[in-house]
Amino acid sequence: MNGVFGIDVNNLLPLFVAIPLGVAFLMPMAAKLRRERLLDVVALLAALSLFALAVMLMRVASGSTVYWVGNWKPPIPGICLVSDGLSRLMLLVVNVVAFLITIYAAEYMKRYTGIGLFYSLFFSMIAGMNGVVLAGDFFNLYVFIEVASLSSYVLVAFGIEAEQLEASFKYLVLGSISTLVVLTGVVLLYSLTGTLNMAQVGREMGRIAAAGAGAKAPYLALGLFMAGFALKAAMVPFHAWLPDAHPAAPAPVSAMLSGVLIKAIGVYALVRITFNVFGPSIGAAWVLMTLGTISMVVGVFLAVGQWDLKRLLAYHSISQMGYVVLAFGVGAEVLANHGPVAVASLAVFGGLFHMMNHAAFKSLLFLTSGAIEYATGTRQLKELGGLAKLMPVTSSCCRIASLSIAGVPPFSGFWSKLVIIIAVVQAGHVVLGTIAVIVSFMTLVSFVKVQRYVLGGEPSEKTAGAREVPAGMAIPMVTLSAVCLVLGVVVFLYPPFTDSVIGPARDVVVRGLEYIGGPGPMGKP
Amino acid sequence: MLVYVLCLALMAVGIYAMVAKKNVVKIIIGLMVTEYAVNMLLVVIGWRTGGVPPILPESSGGATTRFLAHAVDPLAQALIMTSIIVSLAVLLVSVALAIRIHQKYGTFDITEIRKLKG
Repeated sequence: MNGVFGIDVNNLLPLFVAIPLGVAFLMPMAAKLRRERLLDVVALLAALSLFALAVMLMRVASGSTVYWVGNWKPPIPGICLVSDGLSRLMLLVVNVVAFLITIYAAEYMKRYTGIGLFYSLFFSMIAGMNGVVLAGDFFNLYVFIEVASLSSYVLVAFGIEAEQLEASFKYLVLGSISTLVVLTGVVLLYSLTGTLNMAQVGREMGRIAAAGAGAKAPYLALGLFMAGFALKAAMVPFHAWLPDAHPAAPAPVSAMLSGVLIKAIGVYALVRITFNVFGPSIGAAWVLMTLGTISMVVGVFLAVGQWDLKRLLAYHSISQMGYVVLAFGVGAEVLANHGPVAVASLAVFGGLFHMMNHAAFKSLLFLTSGAIEYATGTRQLKELGGLAKLMPVTSSCCRIASLSIAGVPPFSGFWSKLVIIIAVVQAGHVVLGTIAVIVSFMTLVSFVKVQRYVLGGEPSEKTAGAREVPAGMAIPMVTLSAVCLVLGVVVFLYPPFTDSVIGPARDVVVRGLEYIGGPGPMGKP
Repeated sequence: MLVYVLCLALMAVGIYAMVAKKNVVKIIIGLMVTEYAVNMLLVVIGWRTGGVPPILPESSGGATTRFLAHAVDPLAQALIMTSIIVSLAVLLVSVALAIRIHQKYGTFDITEIRKLKG
């Protein structure tokens, strides 16, 4: 038993969904008391407890454990929450970033009305993401994706300006198509295997593949899942909504959307289903590699030409997610060809590590862009300038994040990109490795432009009156900068740290699901 | 077999409306048609010709085996309940957005709702 204070941590898994959902429910009512500070305190306490739970789970739990909701165990088709290495890593990323963003939001959202509704939506989004990461059966995966997506549609439109409504509607239509496609995939798999439990479906898939017989239905289901989740992860050519939706939202929400949402309900779900349920296949590997490479290149080229700071950052999210998906694609290809497991592990490790780093530096970049907008009232690069002297803390954080995303040593982004490129080249894809290096260089160019126009030069008329942001916004930014730097230094000086954090997640992706779904589905042996 | 094809055809009609129509309200209708098509697919995979309700009568001897061979799948129907509620939430949000968009832009035509570009 993985216990702490005599409690089986496995029994705490539902809290990851229950706490944020409870807070989301209480917030609109608490808002009637008209004490805004009270709302902030409740939100901070909830986010802090989620953060503490995620860290504790990471420290204490090992292997994979299943929580059967209502004690409905197989063969009864019930709901299950699964904690394994990959879910724990994602929980840690989601809840750490969510906690820091809550601190930031408490200060930043003072300019908006309806703070209670904001927290309500924000926490249902966290509940949805935690649910997606923990879900052990397909239908709940779908429901939690809808919970997280619906909250994010509304959060994008939170300012109810014309552009935000337009972006939100576009996001809603495309997002709904993607969840419907995923639901159709779930329906197909259910009719094919008679179960919704991921481990059981995975086993049935193995049986169908072993029986040969050229069954094509699994491929249709896999294709539907990949299209749906690629849309959620904003892979090119499914990316059109992201550069509109992410900049339209208030800064803390943008940070949350770009920092963790596209990973939790996009890349995580994609990886879980391709690797753990269907098992890595050549076809899936090539789809992932193609999507990853195209996103990487197209994202960065579109980013270079942008003059709106947040839109530029949004395009870089597409490009950086391309790296992650490329790494997983290469891992899948090596595994499907029965190549050296060490290379596949390295690729998957690189993908996971880059995902973690991206969560840190991209949310930091969006928070600094929010701080800049807060102080100057604009985010057009040409109207900004000279902020290095006026806003020293924000500027240093922006510099650290830019160096990290551009892949400059010793910051975290350098190591993860290096690992990905080494793995890609070891797998024999020298061309893809070269493209990854070129894209990294283009990223650097793009961020040099940001540094020059925003931080360098003399203050413009818009920025002349800018002052440093309040401590409530500065503290999360400084913490995230420290994370970027520490992750980069630690991975170099003390490898066991990353092994203990990312290692279990990598093993889950490479080796497959270990938890037992119980005996086969109803009516089957 | 024909039912499955009809479900997918209905889904295609919905997606066509979402992609080709210029009116915000018609896009929302297309979205809902697609949702119902997927729900219908769920009903169909749980359905059996000459099926009985999935409530176990007094069990005796071979009754259970016979029951298992004829009962329709209750899980698919349970899933539709959830799926309908989710689609209701999506509908509400999209209609609320459509009303706000009409207030700001004064039109439902998406070719005129174009402040974002690039």
